[in-house]
Amino acid sequence: MPLLNENIEKQIRQVFEGLERTVKLVVFTQNGSGDLGAECEMCDDTRQLIEEVATLSSKISVEVLDISNDAPAAERYRVDKVPAVVVLGGEDQKDWGIRLYGIPSGFEFRSLIEDLLLAGTRKPDLKPETLRALSRLKKPVHIQVYVTPT
Amino acid sequence: MLAHKLAMASDLVTADMVEASEFPELANRYQVYGVPRTVINEVIHIEGAVPEDDLIQELMTVMDEKQMETLRKQWDE
Repeated sequence: MPLLNENIEKQIRQVFEGLERTVKLVVFTQNGSGDLGAECEMCDDTRQLIEEVATLSSKISVEVLDISNDAPAAERYRVDKVPAVVVLGGEDQKDWGIRLYGIPSGFEFRSLIEDLLLAGTRKPDLKPETLRALSRLKKPVHIQVYVTPT
Repeated sequence: MLAHKLAMASDLVTADMVEASEFPELANRYQVYGVPRTVINEVIHIEGAVPEDDLIQELMTVMDEKQMETLRKQWDE
């Protein structure tokens, strides 16, 4: 059963017409209990959701990997929990370090679509002051935004 | 998401959006309750939605080693 209804699909398709370059989504899931010792309840739905979203533009591709069976890839993308979505942009599949952990549903779904637009178009619309501050940054920064279900 | 935009704009920044209900141990560890919680380099915590100016200001704290040391000590307690 599809997760996205026709109306939503139509809207997103239109939004995706704004994509200027290709975007790749790498989804990490887990079969069975895997090495993590627990079932990943949302893995299958996440995979399905991302696959459905990818059909809404020829510029979006998906790759589905397993966190245990594809451990080298999980390590390369520094993915340590599932479900995980990695957003890569452009022909060279640039990794900016954008990750989504957990199924991006509800309000987070909008974030996912925005991320895709971000990855598939031009530079992020940040204030000049922000960009200036970032240019002064000399140490790595890892931001985690914990969102609660709506 | 703002944090993702920052990750795009800087090679030094990486950003995760984490669905708290699916990762209860992490939600517990970072004391996530009914509102979003932003965690920067483990020890900088901001509750609720964070506007761009505030987020960048908090983010730049990582450049202040003394402040980071204080925060790390507090976090370990």
